[in-house]
Amino acid sequence: MTFRYLPMTDQDKKEMLETIGIETTEELFKDIPEEVRFKGRLDIEEALPEPQLVKEMGRLAAMNKNTKDYASFLGAGVYDHYTPSIVNHMLLRSEFYTAYTPYQPEISQGELQAIFEFQTMICELTGMDVANSSMYDGGTSLAEAGLLSAAQTRRKKIVVSKSVHPESRDVLKTYAKGQHLEVVEVDAENGLTSINGLRSAVDEETACVIVQYPNFFGQIEPLKEIEEIIHENKGMFVVSSNPLALGALTPPGKFGADIVVGDAQPFGIAQGFGGPHCGYFAVTNKLMRKVPGRLVGQTVDEDGKRGFVLTLQAREQHIRRDKATSNICSNQALNALAASIAMTALGKEGVKEVAHQNIQKAHYAKKVLEDKGLRTAFTGPFFNEFVIELKCSAKEVNQKLLESGIIGGYDLGLSYSELKNHMLIAVTEMRTKEEIDQLANVLEGLSCVQNISH
Amino acid sequence: MRTEHQSLIFELSKPGRVGYSIPDLDVPEVNVESIIPSDYLRTEEPELPEVSELQIVRHYTALSNRNHGVDSGFYPLGSCTMKYNPKINEDVARFPGFAHIHPLQEEGTVQGAMEMMYRLQTSLAEITGMDEVTLQPAAGAHGEWTGLMMIRAYHEANGDFNRTKVIVPDSAHGTNPASATVAGFESVTVKSDERGLVDLEDLKRVVDQDVAALMLTNPNTLGLFEEHILEMAKIIHEAGGKLYYDGANANAILGFARPGDMGFDVVHLNLHKTFTGPHGGGGPGSGPVGVKADLIPFLPKPVLVKENDVYKFEYNRPQSIGRVKPFYGNFGINVRAFTYIMTMGPDGLHQVSENAVLNANYMMRRLEPHFDLPFTQHCKHEFVLSGRRQKKLGVRTLDIAKRLLDFGYHPPTIYFPLSVEEAIMIEPTETESKETLDEFIEKMIQIAKEAEETPELVQEAPHTTVVKRLDEATAARKPILKYSKQA
Repeated sequence: MTFRYLPMTDQDKKEMLETIGIETTEELFKDIPEEVRFKGRLDIEEALPEPQLVKEMGRLAAMNKNTKDYASFLGAGVYDHYTPSIVNHMLLRSEFYTAYTPYQPEISQGELQAIFEFQTMICELTGMDVANSSMYDGGTSLAEAGLLSAAQTRRKKIVVSKSVHPESRDVLKTYAKGQHLEVVEVDAENGLTSINGLRSAVDEETACVIVQYPNFFGQIEPLKEIEEIIHENKGMFVVSSNPLALGALTPPGKFGADIVVGDAQPFGIAQGFGGPHCGYFAVTNKLMRKVPGRLVGQTVDEDGKRGFVLTLQAREQHIRRDKATSNICSNQALNALAASIAMTALGKEGVKEVAHQNIQKAHYAKKVLEDKGLRTAFTGPFFNEFVIELKCSAKEVNQKLLESGIIGGYDLGLSYSELKNHMLIAVTEMRTKEEIDQLANVLEGLSCVQNISH
Repeated sequence: MRTEHQSLIFELSKPGRVGYSIPDLDVPEVNVESIIPSDYLRTEEPELPEVSELQIVRHYTALSNRNHGVDSGFYPLGSCTMKYNPKINEDVARFPGFAHIHPLQEEGTVQGAMEMMYRLQTSLAEITGMDEVTLQPAAGAHGEWTGLMMIRAYHEANGDFNRTKVIVPDSAHGTNPASATVAGFESVTVKSDERGLVDLEDLKRVVDQDVAALMLTNPNTLGLFEEHILEMAKIIHEAGGKLYYDGANANAILGFARPGDMGFDVVHLNLHKTFTGPHGGGGPGSGPVGVKADLIPFLPKPVLVKENDVYKFEYNRPQSIGRVKPFYGNFGINVRAFTYIMTMGPDGLHQVSENAVLNANYMMRRLEPHFDLPFTQHCKHEFVLSGRRQKKLGVRTLDIAKRLLDFGYHPPTIYFPLSVEEAIMIEPTETESKETLDEFIEKMIQIAKEAEETPELVQEAPHTTVVKRLDEATAARKPILKYSKQA
């Protein structure tokens, strides 16, 4: 069988073997000891010609209920947002996606400049001084913020609110274990970080406090009060933020955050079953040289012409090896590009407008659900997510919603034992009034959610 | 490449222009100040660009024209496996049933995605000779750290808390010692011998009861197969340590040898290298990790299992190291890798490695007369030249790399591995034709000649790129990391 990605002909092979001075390619593998040579044939599926391959992959894809065919009210850290058509067109410029890390700046100015623009946009949204070129995702970015805080303060305790994404907290705990750090979780009350709980958890041994803004329940945390508690104790203030929300909300930088992390998925990145997304990592100037991952800086060439390079590389693993600030190498450059293109397309006006539509639509949804007799759980201000209380399991409700063409919300009982039968509903700019009304109508019709407020 | 001045997107901005279109708000509007306290409502707007759609398209097209990818030309970057990124992979990853599904949907609504993952992890287990594979790690370094955390959990489960050391060869990737640090270990270096292989005597010297693991790339970063792998495995295992396989160079051995058969206990693969997930200008990657049976209990959560033809994420894993990433890994990259494996099948993958190794040896032998070759045995998928002969003429490896830019090539990896003076590490991959290799070889020979006859031509390269050599020292001394209007 000949393979379309393999150009070597029999004649090529013959000539190459002659040049090397050997008879068969087998001689090139003689250094692999006989005992470890794999002599069989790999027991994997047989190759498929392109048309059959497309059919098979299409079959697998078609088995999944997708958010193009269903109206989704599922968020919990990953959202269905408007993606301008040009994002995909520009991403498919193969000079971007088939390139490696821009270690040769003279032929990588496109990628380097795009990252420089990404760094600028993240700084603008978060209100921070410095942003890196990206991290794997919001969860690992948050964990690295914990590690940076511990290294910077030489303290071992990380305080994190339970209103932070449960999966991100899990990732943090795994990273902390590696570094022998202690993770202390602070309870949430009425959907917000308990201020009293925070006060008693934070002390002079605390490296940082990590909160999410808006938090996992969609609620807007009182960053002002939280900032005072941690800075009184000279620890770091870490805020994980949905960057789209910052089109409408006061940026964490304004509240004195030392590190702002999050995921740029809301900007032009497909939900894609959870990845690849695009973590971001932003800090104050003071922490510039402690940041994990790659940074692009502006400079000039020999003729004084503006250009861009990877910079402050003395922090990184390929230079510092075991003393590096992180082990991260490949990050999410292509998704940072996607986010940049989406942020550019939305621009100053669009980011504001989309953020405000999220607020308006989510509040409308909360109101119509309440009008139908559903109880909502928390009373504080929120962005595009809120929590409803059900009489039966969220799983059951979601099954019913699915039958009406709706992907329902997140079952909070999966992560919070005290929130059994609670559902987190996300409403983005993609949901129409009609879809929201339909959600309300279907829920109203389910026996397990009726009359709950009476 | 176009050489004129390239504006930043912010410099094209003009108030009043937009590049998006969303419907007007279709729900009754409430006064936002009545629902969100004023302290939390943004007053200062973020300075994002205001540009039209065509301006955006022109901007990013211009940027792409200032970038070199595999599609632009030969990219023999050693240890990075810059092979062709199939277009069909991109199409498949964009199927709505893969791209537009939410990770927290009910499992019953995403069985196709889970089946794909299961078939991929099963294939990777077979290819590496391991017992089970997790697809969670987002990239190679993330996989290394995940693997080391599992090794730590394994030792601790045996009541063994004093294993503080991870051994790495002096030719190892920088991520190996960095990952060891993040996983809470101290890294210890083992030397290479004169043939470029791990020095067994030195290995015996550094191995003791404190050793948690030895991390090894095989073939190593010199492109040489560690022939004594079984003896090394024995030394480590007898001391109670585990053997870790860095799969960065797996492109050399598909269907020829499997880490699991060499005695490795943990393996990571870089799907963005060997299995054609594109590098994307620096990610996203995907770094699945395979383990032997005794390490299965420590796999990160959740573990994807198949029960009665239903796919499930299993969370009840008391000995697991925990979560290493939200959700289930870089699924989109995994879709691409699976598409590739299904394109090649067992015979195709075998041929991949055969051709990759033949290409590398052919180039090595043709370049041998013109450059120093520190290790003369047959190589695997890559080889390392030394530019010390040219350095004596005043032409450094960096200059050679920059001169290659003039001919439309991405240069090889340079100054790595650290153990070779003026290193030039070349990995052609199997997807390049003999004609491409020959053209590149001719240019390398020409540069070697230029180094002798007209060294300044090489020293001052590149001559044809959109910018000349950039002032990296100033960039680091006075960092400008974002655009500011007044600047």
